[in-house]
Amino acid sequence: MDFLPTIITVLDSTIRLSIPLLLACLAGLYSERSGIFDIGLEGKMLAGAFAAGSAAFVFGSAWIGLGMAILVAVALALVHGFASITHRGNQIVSGVAINFIAAGATIILGQAWFAQGGRTPQVSGPGRFNAVELPGAAALRDVPVLGTIYADLLSGHTILVYLAFLTVPVTWWVLYRTRFGLRLRAVGENPAAVDTAGISVPWLRYRAVICTGILSGAAGAYLALAMNAGFVKDMTAGRGYIALAALIFAKWRPVPAMFACLLFGFLDALSIRLQGTPLPLVGRVPVQFMQALPYILTVILLAGFIGKAIPPRAGGVPYVKER
Amino acid sequence: MADAAIELIGINKSFGPVRANRDIHLEVAPGTIHGIIGENGAGKSTLMSILYGFYQADSGDILVRGKPVSIQTPNDAIATGIGMVHQHFMLVANFTVLENIILGAEGSALLTSSIGRARAELRRLEQDYGLEVDPDAVVEELPVGLQQRVEILKALYRGADILILDEPTGVLTPPEADHLFRILARLKDEGKTVILITHKLREIMAITDNVSVMRAGTMVATRKTSDTTVEELAELMVGRRVLLRVEKDAANPAASKLSVENLTVRDGRGVDMVKDVSFEVRAGEIVGIAGVAGNGQSELMETIAGLRRAVSGTVLLDNKPIDVTGTADPGELRDRGLAHVPEDRHHVGLVLAYEEQENAILGYHDQAQYLKGPFLDHAAIRRDAEEKIAKYDIRPGNPRLKTANFSGGNQQKIVLAREMEQDPGVLLVGQPTRGVDVGAIEFIHKRLIAMRDAGKAVLLVSVELDEIRALSDRILVMFDGRIVGERDGSASEGELGLLMAGVEGPEAAE
Repeated sequence: MDFLPTIITVLDSTIRLSIPLLLACLAGLYSERSGIFDIGLEGKMLAGAFAAGSAAFVFGSAWIGLGMAILVAVALALVHGFASITHRGNQIVSGVAINFIAAGATIILGQAWFAQGGRTPQVSGPGRFNAVELPGAAALRDVPVLGTIYADLLSGHTILVYLAFLTVPVTWWVLYRTRFGLRLRAVGENPAAVDTAGISVPWLRYRAVICTGILSGAAGAYLALAMNAGFVKDMTAGRGYIALAALIFAKWRPVPAMFACLLFGFLDALSIRLQGTPLPLVGRVPVQFMQALPYILTVILLAGFIGKAIPPRAGGVPYVKER
Repeated sequence: MADAAIELIGINKSFGPVRANRDIHLEVAPGTIHGIIGENGAGKSTLMSILYGFYQADSGDILVRGKPVSIQTPNDAIATGIGMVHQHFMLVANFTVLENIILGAEGSALLTSSIGRARAELRRLEQDYGLEVDPDAVVEELPVGLQQRVEILKALYRGADILILDEPTGVLTPPEADHLFRILARLKDEGKTVILITHKLREIMAITDNVSVMRAGTMVATRKTSDTTVEELAELMVGRRVLLRVEKDAANPAASKLSVENLTVRDGRGVDMVKDVSFEVRAGEIVGIAGVAGNGQSELMETIAGLRRAVSGTVLLDNKPIDVTGTADPGELRDRGLAHVPEDRHHVGLVLAYEEQENAILGYHDQAQYLKGPFLDHAAIRRDAEEKIAKYDIRPGNPRLKTANFSGGNQQKIVLAREMEQDPGVLLVGQPTRGVDVGAIEFIHKRLIAMRDAGKAVLLVSVELDEIRALSDRILVMFDGRIVGERDGSASEGELGLLMAGVEGPEAAE
């Protein structure tokens, strides 16, 4: 077994598998930093994926698919905002409701529109996000190690992958270097301080959930149009929850969030690679165990290995003016 | 004469059927410190919230520097030059001082330039007003007094020249409060107008130029501070004559009821909070423990009450040991005649979601008089609650009302009634009048003296030095976990203050 290609393959799929987690995780970061818990990431991703699959098929354009995914996810985020900001409802209940709506509505609409058992028809060509060759990748492929890493690991992903990674420093910059970020962090910690400083708490939180909608829609579009060639029912497969786990793991900070998502993506990639491969000492491991591995490690990591993760102090609490 | 800094004309505000402010008139002269005093619920905070744009008045006019203004939001207030220091600080705990100061007044969309500007401006404010604070310190790591300074700086940074302070000393130690008053005097010298809301008469007398008194939503009087007295203000606040000095005869201490020897208590972080403390409380005396909050008084009380374990030491109740390092529990101590009025009535003393009558017997609910077989005897509990309500003048007098709906003073009376009516030999009382109105304070103090005169031993812990001095026959001062001095009840405030600050006593002598 040639060692380097194996590592490259695993890392390559790590990147592919991390991207939906990363986009969803950063999506959740905006909302939760503003004090709105969002367990509905899963539903927004799923609805986004369906919208992307449908629109890309109808219009034959991946970009229109992405746009529709973002629109639909933002709409759902606004529903969550309306329930939890304007009406001060329970954020968990609202988020769970969105997950149910998305799970049900995507199948019903998919069947009604395309009659393929809840799927959207396969898209190809410009209907998908296709791999982008970075400049010089072909020429450098033959350079040992570094050339291989460049050509096979860094190059050859879809544009969404590069955009997702770009979102990390952008989010960091927004959060720590802009007025909006300062207020966003403040409103999740002490909305009363923001209110008395003359800033509207609801408007600030609405802007935060809109950011969440945009990014979770992009995560859905990636699933449907980059990782796959169309929407398949329940295709998010719990990634929205894993993204939340990564967010806690990263203590609500953008750069650690990226590493957390890469770690979860790596575990996922590893479990796929190791399926059916006999391991030294243990021998052949059941497929089910390998598939469960990322989840088991998630539980272990979250249970004890990250120290104390303190959520934004006003998280989950609707803001009511005092007195 | 110059225009008033603020003039309120005929302000009315109702919340449903409750008229929080009725026909309020107020004039605040520029460059003065104007006190607004009144009991909890008198409408002071509502009035200031109207001035700061949290609420809109139902009717009435606001004039700032002679010009009518419309204040719809805090932003309008800030633009008019009104700043507010809230009772509960409006700070983001994990932000730095600078971040807190620029929040809402960033000036531009990017922070780098805002922070640079704020740093320079902060340096100027520091110099002008003597308000030193490290701009890069994280707020939650600062002591309360400095956090308050950040609040003041926040208002000044926004260009406030009229500053409203809402109960600013509630969270401060006496030295911190004195420091705040010096800052306010300095602000006044620099031409700022200060409005000070408080229910502490002493502060009004110490610092203000004029004082307005509110009672039950109306403005009952405005006086020049130099023309009035504490007695007059108290009477205006409560609406009847109030005895500020507790009248009591000399104590007649008898046998030792509670004896503490070499007690050491460690907290969860492994820090010794109580260090080798010894004292005794005899029947028929009140022993007060004075000290700035956090110097071990709370831990000492909780240990004696069986809520916390000691590392070493002995405690004798009626000359029989309490197992303070092992198995002492509050139930057992209650049976042995030790009652405890905890410092924090909301979290330790009461279950706020219970009805008044349930809290009135909480902890004693397994006594035969409240039981019918294995069940609670509701008729007996009701009768018992009604007796206590009558005797302690608890209002509203409805034993079925949820405890959370009582005012702080009445909640405290519920706890006191429960513990005192058990006729304990030893009573531990923590902060008996925290957040309690003047009228109720008088009542509570009288009951404590009555307990003493009935031959009970009372151990009183309070951060209110006035209270300690008014009630105690002997005063122990705690500093950094040790008892650093013992004085009799007539000790002067200055003398005790120095001990509390750790300036005098064995610690300082080393």
